[in-house]
Amino acid sequence: MGKQEFTISIFSENHIGLLNQVTIILTRRQINIESITASESAVKGVHLLTMVVKTTPDMIRKVAKQFEKLVDVLKVFAHTSDEIIYQEIALYKVTTKGLLSGNVIDNIVRTFNARIIEVSPEYMVIEKTGHKAEIADLLAHLEPYGVLQFVRSGRVAITKQVRELSSFLKEMDEANRYKQEEVETLNRN
Amino acid sequence: MKKEKASEEIDRNHLNGYEITGAEALLRCLIAEGVDTIFGYPGGAIMPVYDKLLDYEDKLRHILTRHEQGAAHAAQAYSMVTGKPGVCFATSGPGATNLITGIANAYLDSVPVVFITAQVVSALIGTDAFQETDILGVSMPVTKWNCQVKKSEDIPEMVAKAFYLATTGRPGPVLIDITKDAQQEKISFKYKKCDYLRSYNPHIPLHTRAVESAAIMINHAQKPLILAGHGVLISGAVNELREFAEKTGIPVAATLLGLSSFPSGHRLFAGFLGMHGNYGPNLLTNEADLIIAIGMRFDDRVTGNLKKYAKNARIIHIEIDEAEINKNVLVDLEINNDAKEVLQALIPLVEEKSYQSWIREFRICDKTEYDRVIKSETRPEEGSIRMGEVVRIVSDLTKGDAIIVTDVGQNQMSAARYYKFSEPGSLVTSGGMGTMGFGLPASIGAKIGKPGKQVIAFIGDGGFQMTIQELGTILHYKIPVKIIILNNGFLGMVRQWQDMFFKKRYASTELVNPDFVKVAEGFRIAAKKVIKRADLKSSLERMLAAEGPYLLDIHVEKEGNVLPMIEPGASVSEVTLNYKR
Repeated sequence: MGKQEFTISIFSENHIGLLNQVTIILTRRQINIESITASESAVKGVHLLTMVVKTTPDMIRKVAKQFEKLVDVLKVFAHTSDEIIYQEIALYKVTTKGLLSGNVIDNIVRTFNARIIEVSPEYMVIEKTGHKAEIADLLAHLEPYGVLQFVRSGRVAITKQVRELSSFLKEMDEANRYKQEEVETLNRN
Repeated sequence: MKKEKASEEIDRNHLNGYEITGAEALLRCLIAEGVDTIFGYPGGAIMPVYDKLLDYEDKLRHILTRHEQGAAHAAQAYSMVTGKPGVCFATSGPGATNLITGIANAYLDSVPVVFITAQVVSALIGTDAFQETDILGVSMPVTKWNCQVKKSEDIPEMVAKAFYLATTGRPGPVLIDITKDAQQEKISFKYKKCDYLRSYNPHIPLHTRAVESAAIMINHAQKPLILAGHGVLISGAVNELREFAEKTGIPVAATLLGLSSFPSGHRLFAGFLGMHGNYGPNLLTNEADLIIAIGMRFDDRVTGNLKKYAKNARIIHIEIDEAEINKNVLVDLEINNDAKEVLQALIPLVEEKSYQSWIREFRICDKTEYDRVIKSETRPEEGSIRMGEVVRIVSDLTKGDAIIVTDVGQNQMSAARYYKFSEPGSLVTSGGMGTMGFGLPASIGAKIGKPGKQVIAFIGDGGFQMTIQELGTILHYKIPVKIIILNNGFLGMVRQWQDMFFKKRYASTELVNPDFVKVAEGFRIAAKKVIKRADLKSSLERMLAAEGPYLLDIHVEKEGNVLPMIEPGASVSEVTLNYKR
């Protein structure tokens, strides 16, 4: 089985050390993190860690189960790139002088669907959201004009499936209630 | 008498709303969780807790081992024989790091132990203070869960969480690191047991369709084989396993930690699985058309070469830990649940059957193994004493009614192979980790957990010297364990591998040993050396009859090999019965 790109979404409690627990598992399995972002998710109090890794489908299945086994992890999803909609954001700091000659800047920004977010006499900052390849492509186009700084975020992703985390959370709560009731019945008997 | 009064007073004070320190809160939490025994070792950072222990001596018995590793192993063994979580204390820094081998051992063998380590005062954390260690970071890969408590008010909640996590689902060790200031600050104490965590759900609803499918597969099988693991013992499914096997007539083979989950003398017992297991269950794994794996994880020592493992069989895997399913072996049907619950649902659905010709294949293998290995190992007529012979005599003398503790290596494999287990949970051994030095401290924990049982430890001369200091604990508390050193003057299992796979080049495996009898006598433990076969049985009888602790230094065959063996990289069906140099 060949390696392919997977986006792993880990929904968890926001507890200290969780990232460490996640990376321990990846290290033991010799998997490199291509990109990583961490933030609060749409559900209040639930943290979301999104990672891009390259590995085999068999390995991602095993690793996802190991993540889910972590006590503070609520739910793990592993998706191939065609199962999700994803974006990255990049910022480019370019010399103003280099870009002002002619209408180069206008063309580049327009063709790449980027935007200028800051202009000063020395530099301007261009922002671009898109996939890794597009971001790299824009970088290649800007390079002749003097790129002073370039940063790129990790991936953010949304699944194409309709079922949301909140429904999983509800299920977990229900399973627990079922358990509670059972315990109570046992105690009564 | 005076002490009882002290704790009564504390009870009254508590009811009147008096505040107590974090250290005292910790002890009250433990009492609320039903703890009565703690293994540990004091030090600077944990002194507030130990100071309070004096006031609770009537409720909490503390066993001072001679090294933190010993405390960790003893707490694990205590848990294995009682079914209750073990509790272990250590101080910060080296106290905490000395626990790591014991924690990792409990982790790999799924044993619930609550480790409490102390930490330097919270203001000093991160400054490389004296005896400061990042024990959370160090223990993270080998605990089911860990946390640090910096405020005394958090102690009850974290202790409750620790016990809940250690004992539910697939059990395992947990660690709470408590700063010294959190032990000293006062709080008004309230304790509520934990029974729910949003992100952790150990209760999985039973997948009835999967159970029905399993029943169909079982009812149609021609050569089915049950593999029983530690999960059978942990979930308390011993009776269910027996009922299931007897109804279906399916033979039961056991992993190392699954031994004693099914009586060794039962007509359906197929034997011990794995590298040094029995001939039949290994060989016939590749003949079986259905494997029902219950509470086990297809460890490499059980499966041998995965590419040639159970190729003729469909596999049903009953396992509580989802991450273990399809990890090493791809299975045809998974039932991700507690062994006991699954077996209870399965028993009414399976047909009464018997597999006479299939069972006969096992008996033929047993006969072959007996003639070629077991007879000369357990009933030799000449030459040096054999390890198997010692275990066989102990098994006969105790009629299987003892708790057997082992160290790791040849002594362990001989004990596992030749002791006839009849009581569930009567084997305490280090499985996944293979921790030398486990045996002696584990025997202490086992005896304290089950004082009414004869506890017999089989230990090699190498492993014995790894935790030999625990003889001090045996002396201190007069713990009547029976220690058998199977002394061959070698690190026997490593020597066996050097013999078989390294052209007999004995690199650093021959030992120059002290006089173990004199060592024992120094600790005021009765001891005797046995060299001649003629003295063996009577010496063992005398040891078993002794009231107090007793050590036998039995000199066995120097270069004996444990057979059969599945060589590394070989298939289970390539199990070899004899090895010629």
